[in-house]
Amino acid sequence: MQSRNNLSLFIITLVAFLAIYIALPIQHPGWFTKIVAGHQPADQALDLRLGLDLQGGTQVQLAPDLPAGQTASLEDINRAKAIIERRVNGLGVAEALVQTSNERIIVALPGISNPDAAIEALRGTGQLEFVEMGQNPVPPGTKIVTSLNASEATTDTVVYKTLFTGDLLRSADVSRDPTTQEPYIAFELKPEGAKIFGEYTAQHIGDYVAIVMDKTVLSAPVIRAAISDSGIIQGSFTLEEARNLAIQMQYGALPVPLKVVDVRTVGPSLGQDSVNSSVKAGLIGVIVVLLWMLIYYRLSGFLADLALVTFAALNMSIYKLIPVTLTLPGIAGFLLTTGMAVDANILIFERMKEELRGGRSLPSAVEAGFSRAWTSILDSNLSTILTAIILYYFGSNFGASIVQGFAITLLLGVVISMFTAVLVTRTLMRFVVAHFAERLQHHLSLFGA
Amino acid sequence: MFNIVRHRRWYYLFSALVILPGVIAMIYSVFTIGTPFRLSIDFTGGSLWELRFSEPIPPAEVIRVFNDNNFSDVNINTIGDDKTLLIRSEEISPDEKAQLLSAINETFGETPEELQFRSVGPTVGREVTRTALIAVFMASVVILGFITWAFRNVSHPVRFGVAAIVAMLHDVLVTMGVFSIMGFISGWEVDALFLSAVLTVIGFSVQDTIVVFDRIRENSRRRRGEDFETIANRSLLETMHRSMATQINAMFVMIALLLFGGLTIRQFIATMFIGLLSGTYSSIFTATPLLVSWEKGELNLLRRLRGNKRPAAA
Repeated sequence: MQSRNNLSLFIITLVAFLAIYIALPIQHPGWFTKIVAGHQPADQALDLRLGLDLQGGTQVQLAPDLPAGQTASLEDINRAKAIIERRVNGLGVAEALVQTSNERIIVALPGISNPDAAIEALRGTGQLEFVEMGQNPVPPGTKIVTSLNASEATTDTVVYKTLFTGDLLRSADVSRDPTTQEPYIAFELKPEGAKIFGEYTAQHIGDYVAIVMDKTVLSAPVIRAAISDSGIIQGSFTLEEARNLAIQMQYGALPVPLKVVDVRTVGPSLGQDSVNSSVKAGLIGVIVVLLWMLIYYRLSGFLADLALVTFAALNMSIYKLIPVTLTLPGIAGFLLTTGMAVDANILIFERMKEELRGGRSLPSAVEAGFSRAWTSILDSNLSTILTAIILYYFGSNFGASIVQGFAITLLLGVVISMFTAVLVTRTLMRFVVAHFAERLQHHLSLFGA
Repeated sequence: MFNIVRHRRWYYLFSALVILPGVIAMIYSVFTIGTPFRLSIDFTGGSLWELRFSEPIPPAEVIRVFNDNNFSDVNINTIGDDKTLLIRSEEISPDEKAQLLSAINETFGETPEELQFRSVGPTVGREVTRTALIAVFMASVVILGFITWAFRNVSHPVRFGVAAIVAMLHDVLVTMGVFSIMGFISGWEVDALFLSAVLTVIGFSVQDTIVVFDRIRENSRRRRGEDFETIANRSLLETMHRSMATQINAMFVMIALLLFGGLTIRQFIATMFIGLLSGTYSSIFTATPLLVSWEKGELNLLRRLRGNKRPAAA
């Protein structure tokens, strides 16, 4: 019995120190990261993953923008998702996430500095056209009707003829004019495109050709010479606009037009405020609980405090390993479960005190305390576990990472608390009783009795 | 032995006095705005925009800018100092947002810092409402099933189950009532987090009740000679220390979160705080006294029902 307890004490100590080591905000050696977190590349640090509400950023939901009664096919949605994914990569946002839910595409862009411009780059259909303008060009920024969507024309609108579309584009990139510093987009055409464009420009020197993105003229230069496979688009755009346009050109047009149906943006300063305040609240809350347990339950309380520290470290390390995206409500969920972890200890200690008052010896009171309190702890925690599972399901069903963040920390916390509050405290308590039972028998006040 | 359950009628009265104003507020709210609470844009659709200027800006002037851009239903609060504005309006599309920003820039000569922006389309709002209702329904079914399961071994499982559910409803009503009243006082709005708070309160409420009931179950076996009222009272006293110690602990954490946890989740924490308080109260002063009342046949209405129908409970 005692040697078995010593073994579990050894294992628990090992697990606790490992958890504390993982939880520490330090640079862990690459081999260590690889072993404990397997799926992560060795160069990636073991960091807590922060949600949009903590590090700032944007989450946007896009839905097909179709006339009433028409729905987009699953295939269209998936193709649109793939294109959006490539555009997101083009934006260069680390840890961005693109998911579909029902008919929607949900894009999370953590830590992004200009969310409006990014949304602009994502939601645009990205339909690029090269359009014949003849001798009367329209100024950039004008919306025009082309033969591609001639159905939108009314009787007196001019329908311009589309030469070819962005499908024939091989690449698009942003550069700056070395003298004026004006940004421009340089593009290259695929061979089919080069053929069409080359033949057309050779025959229409002196005419204008418009480059049209999503029905808006970007620029309408005059043809000075035959152009075959590459060219540049100059216009009055900022570097960021030019980059977004290039991204849309590069990855092609969306199969269905999309509209923004939900946006959640948190500025970086609000995120930082939230991190600061939740860390402060968390530390103060946990320290007060630690002190309270120590004062109220003395020696037992001290052991419970050790279990609580193990509990916190285990939670943090599991957040890092799974990884769990931490949100503000998620932190609140974690703190709530520290309360529940302590609750299990309180149930046990109160039971122990009763048994001691009932005249039992210390070792037998300890065992009775744990075994009698166990059914209460199990039954009562089950109701919270069930609630957390329902919340998680509810959260996953409408893209609300906020609810999910709370549910996941609540669930993990309750499950881990049953391990630490019961197993860890019991092992520590048995160890103390085994070594100091006789001396402690005369100082039962140390157990709060 | 101190007799807690003897004064049970006072506890029922106290609960009624706490719950009644909230219920009145909810009913009044249904008549004035159509729902028992103010609903956030999560459910109704719309936009919420928090902007920080470098100078104090009168909200009325910002409202005028919005009106000039065809936004009629705009409501602006200042947060903390007068430099931070919280703007509520109909849904703002990305194009409209750019337009509003440039108009704000023109009027006030600066581009404010965007602290947060939230915009929900009407279809998303409807969907969230539907999912929320499903979640609440599922939670009720699962918790009911759980309670039935947890008390399968006691002599009157239905009594224990019903008492636990009444205690749970008590806590939900207290929480929702306070929330509804706060909606009138400080504009609290039901959002996705409110639902999380209520479901958590339900989980905790059942948890608190189970701890006491578990003790009644144990004492009924060990002390067969005692009458139910004595057993119930003894169980309450024995678990009282635990209830208090746990409540104090939870209060420490909650108060720390309320004071230092930031504005974003303050309403969420406050809701849970009220629910937890009510949960501890109801496990002691509602659930167990109800069991005693039932045992002693004080629930006349229920007895009459039983006389007429003889349900399986008997």
